[in-house]
Amino acid sequence: MFPKPIEKSSRQWQIGYQVLLPLVMLLWLAPLLAVALFSIRPGVDFTVGNYWGLPSTFEFFANYKTVIGNWSWDPQNCSTDSGILFHKVNHSICFNSIGLWHMNITGSAMVKYILNSFIITVPTVIGAVALSCMTGFALGVYRFKGNLLIFFMFIAGNFIPFQILMVPVRDLTLDMGLYNTKTGLVLFHIAFQTGFCTLFMRNFIRALPFELIEAARVEGIAEWRIFWYIVLPLMKPAIAALSVLIFTFIWNDYFWAIVLTTGENAQPVTAGITSFNAQFRAMYHLMSAGSIIAALPPVAMFFLMQKHFIAGLTLGAVK
Amino acid sequence: MATTTTNAKPRAQQGWYKRNEIAVTPWLFLIPGIAMFALYVILPVFQSFYLSLFEWDGLGSLSTHGEYVGLDHYEKLFTRDRAFNISLWNNLKWLIFYLLAIPGGLMVALFLNQKVFGIRLYKSLFFFPFVISQIVVGLVFTWFYDPQFGLSNWLIGLVGIPPVNILGNPTTATYGIIAAGLWPQTAYCMILYLTGLNAVDPEQVEAARLDGAKGHKMLWYIIIPQLKPATFIAFVVTIIGALRSFDLISIMTNGGPFGSTRVLSFYMFEKSLSEYGFKMGYGAAIAVVLFMIMLVFIGYFLWSMYQDEKAAGH
Repeated sequence: MFPKPIEKSSRQWQIGYQVLLPLVMLLWLAPLLAVALFSIRPGVDFTVGNYWGLPSTFEFFANYKTVIGNWSWDPQNCSTDSGILFHKVNHSICFNSIGLWHMNITGSAMVKYILNSFIITVPTVIGAVALSCMTGFALGVYRFKGNLLIFFMFIAGNFIPFQILMVPVRDLTLDMGLYNTKTGLVLFHIAFQTGFCTLFMRNFIRALPFELIEAARVEGIAEWRIFWYIVLPLMKPAIAALSVLIFTFIWNDYFWAIVLTTGENAQPVTAGITSFNAQFRAMYHLMSAGSIIAALPPVAMFFLMQKHFIAGLTLGAVK
Repeated sequence: MATTTTNAKPRAQQGWYKRNEIAVTPWLFLIPGIAMFALYVILPVFQSFYLSLFEWDGLGSLSTHGEYVGLDHYEKLFTRDRAFNISLWNNLKWLIFYLLAIPGGLMVALFLNQKVFGIRLYKSLFFFPFVISQIVVGLVFTWFYDPQFGLSNWLIGLVGIPPVNILGNPTTATYGIIAAGLWPQTAYCMILYLTGLNAVDPEQVEAARLDGAKGHKMLWYIIIPQLKPATFIAFVVTIIGALRSFDLISIMTNGGPFGSTRVLSFYMFEKSLSEYGFKMGYGAAIAVVLFMIMLVFIGYFLWSMYQDEKAAGH
């Protein structure tokens, strides 16, 4: 183990280390702690210049409530082509004609943005993971001409700058009539994330014991059954890791959100926060509360699924 | 099982699919993924190349409303466009200074690679900035740098330095943004190295210790070579991250002051999709330049991966 285990060093250094840890951490997270402090201050503190002293009053959730505002779900507003999936008094989740779900929210823009983020993120995760389970299986299990070429195409595509795709993808989305819709954004995200996911899945499948598949073939089991009943169950850890990772990537996407969508009916919270910033630039207490709300879902995801998250992120860091 | 009986039939009696199952199946599994990827990623790259040869405002179709100008855009970019020049230099700054995340991440990882009470929580908290969206990181750092109330000025005030307006000054603004970007990126490199350190061969470390190696020498000659896979990935993600920088610039300075923080990705967006007009062709030309820069690195990454694949006996 490197560096030398702390238990084996001098008593002073052991105590020094224990003291240093929280101090360094506080310094590391200082910018965030400042925002957390801002978010519970009253607005008046900023006008009188009390930035770093004790808040004149502790607002706790008041600023958060202001940011979220009043809102309600509106089941009557499901358009004619959509079926209602879930319907209780004032709650509704509707399906639109392409099968993607959306909710009808009246009132608060922040709640709309947050829900848009979920409505964009969840289908993307499902779509990209499903597609890459298949591509990963094909590239990981079979030997055929062009295998490596296709694999490298997925990897290379995953690295290219977004800007070279921007104009053509925006045009394509416009042509399909999906500009400024969540569906348009979801379709692009699924396609683009398939590159990274394929890299991940293919390498994961390569590491599985190939004898299992050979044994199944000797038994005469159909190939698609091998995929469904043998390989897929073994891929559960990879699916979990990829899901959390893609969730975070897509939730935090900003570029494509502003390229393919414009208003509060389709934009996710990253884009929403920036339009708030244009509106309430000087209202730091509200902006801080808004930023924390926007950051919360991926943070919660990370802390709940930490093991999978790190397994996904560090794939390939060890050989 | 039904399939077993089918297989037992002589080959000629089996259906075409059954006979060619192993050859056909991978393609069936690949079709949806390749189709989506080709439509949204591969094809658009070529379209952008083509588009960069036209003057086009994005209205109407390219064939009817676009005007073919050949390589004019590129000629203008490299000879007459000062903003492009600044962007290119800033990209270089990003590339160089963003790489500080790698030694930074290694240092933090070495600091945290201990087994004391609560270390797991510390590791997660150090990793925390990476999980937050760059938009929020950008906002947080804008306030952190604020000349009026920012924590950074309060901190340097403690050692007697007068307040500075980092993001308001054209010479420092880009560095301020890069520093903000380094915060999550260092966290990312840290987690890569923590995983790498976990896999370092303890016997080698012990053997080196017996030979009297410690401190820097141990780190340089024994540990870092074993961390090579982690370093490679850290290098890949940091280079890509540096060239993709957009969100932070957009939220922290919006390219300013006086266009001094523009990078190619931001400048391209500005040219093609903002109040400065919809110059799609010109934007595409900028994107092509950025793509060519990235291609150098992508080529290197793919080449290294290809070497690994060959070594793995592909």
